[in-house]
Amino acid sequence: MLITQLKAKESIDALVNGKAFIINCFGCKEVHFPEQEAISLQKEMADAGRVTGTLTMDYICNPDNLKLHTDNFKAEIDAADIILVFACGVGVQTVSDLFADKKVYAACDTYRLPGYQGVTPQLFDCDQCGMCFLNGTGGICPLTACSKGLVNGQCGGAKNGMCEVDPEMECGWERIQKRLTALCRIDVLKNLPVQIRDYSTDDATKECKETE
Amino acid sequence: MKVTELFKEGKFVVSAEVGPPKGIHVEELIEEAKKYLSNVDAINVTDNQSSVMRLGSLAMCKVLKDNGFNPIFQLTCRDRNRIALESDLLSAAMLGIDNVLALTGDYTKLGDHPGAKPVFDLDSVSLLYTMGLLEQGKDLGGQDLIGEPPTFAKGAVVSPCSDSLDAQLVKMEREIKAGAQFFQTQAIFDSEKYIKFYERAKEFGVPIQLGIIVPKNAGMCNYMNNNVAGISIPASIIDELKADKERTKAGITGTEIAARIIRECKDYCQGVHIMTLGWESKIPSLLEQAGL
Repeated sequence: MLITQLKAKESIDALVNGKAFIINCFGCKEVHFPEQEAISLQKEMADAGRVTGTLTMDYICNPDNLKLHTDNFKAEIDAADIILVFACGVGVQTVSDLFADKKVYAACDTYRLPGYQGVTPQLFDCDQCGMCFLNGTGGICPLTACSKGLVNGQCGGAKNGMCEVDPEMECGWERIQKRLTALCRIDVLKNLPVQIRDYSTDDATKECKETE
Repeated sequence: MKVTELFKEGKFVVSAEVGPPKGIHVEELIEEAKKYLSNVDAINVTDNQSSVMRLGSLAMCKVLKDNGFNPIFQLTCRDRNRIALESDLLSAAMLGIDNVLALTGDYTKLGDHPGAKPVFDLDSVSLLYTMGLLEQGKDLGGQDLIGEPPTFAKGAVVSPCSDSLDAQLVKMEREIKAGAQFFQTQAIFDSEKYIKFYERAKEFGVPIQLGIIVPKNAGMCNYMNNNVAGISIPASIIDELKADKERTKAGITGTEIAARIIRECKDYCQGVHIMTLGWESKIPSLLEQAGL
């Protein structure tokens, strides 16, 4: 189970440089999705002429399903400078992977809620850290794609691009490097402030439980 | 003494490295250091290197300092959370140990306690940043330190022969922005590759110490080529070690190779860092042959 919460409005505004195509995932909304807040924010963006189109669907974490739906919005997606995803971290990573040559941003942070994790396909993993790092790393999660969960860059342990802990796994930071280079966005990483994970995110979890 | 002062004076800084023992007796290590390391500018003390549990780096640094050496405290993020890291930094400063090399650390599974919890609460970048905060009299929790804050010479590492060089350079840049003042490299066996790295890294304007290992034999080289990240030993060097087994066994060939690499790269670094792996005794002749 998980909870998604909208990032601060200012930080979402800062992401949308130009026009956005919006993808909403309501697949796990029975858990907690800030539907009203998301819709009112999106309306505001649309009124300002900053939205090329909106796709609302279930389970964007299923890549085949996602492709089937997004194929219908080809023109709107092409016309957008970025894709803004309102979903958990798995959903954002699935969209990033499908649109690897496009800027894909997370509009939400995903928090942990113990218990049944749903029917999410395990192609990608979200650590539900409550402070989504995907916007600085080209949509590849450094917590789950890196064995050490490093958030500031590669360690010295990659050999032939593979991880020192699991030689079958490509180094997550090597993947991030390649993705950002292909997107001409490596400067984003160079200039990103020092990242430090906050482990005290259980307040949001607690709050959500209390409102249930 | 801070190694950054030496770099500032334009000195070519030579450091060596010792690994504390798995036990509490350090007399032998100190004797060896007195015999072979009296001419180096600083001595790194490894921090549970390769995730193998040993005597602590900080305690060993203090003993070295008491014996007249200039220690560099290697501090990894593998075994301590941010509270322990900050506390150890304060302890180091209180003991007068002011050179710190910030490392992320090898993964726990690679060592002799594979079931241990890997911490990585911070990493080398955020650790350097934290050191900068402490220097300003603040901690990561936002609290003030009492009294005069500590100061450190803040070092980090980079792997110039890594096949992920672009990612290494981005990390290096982030480490510099976070406060790194000098770098030590992974062991270099391929001067050409190193010089190519230096041509890109020199724009950062931060001193770099060339990492050196005296190769012991062909088997060791093959092992490192296959298993150690960032190590690239050309076949020509392995052939040299195979040529005369007696000279190789005596360490003569390995010392010649290491000295040659230093000479080839000397104009492209601001110092050398020698990882002895038990061959401290080769250091005097290595430095002599390298013209240092």
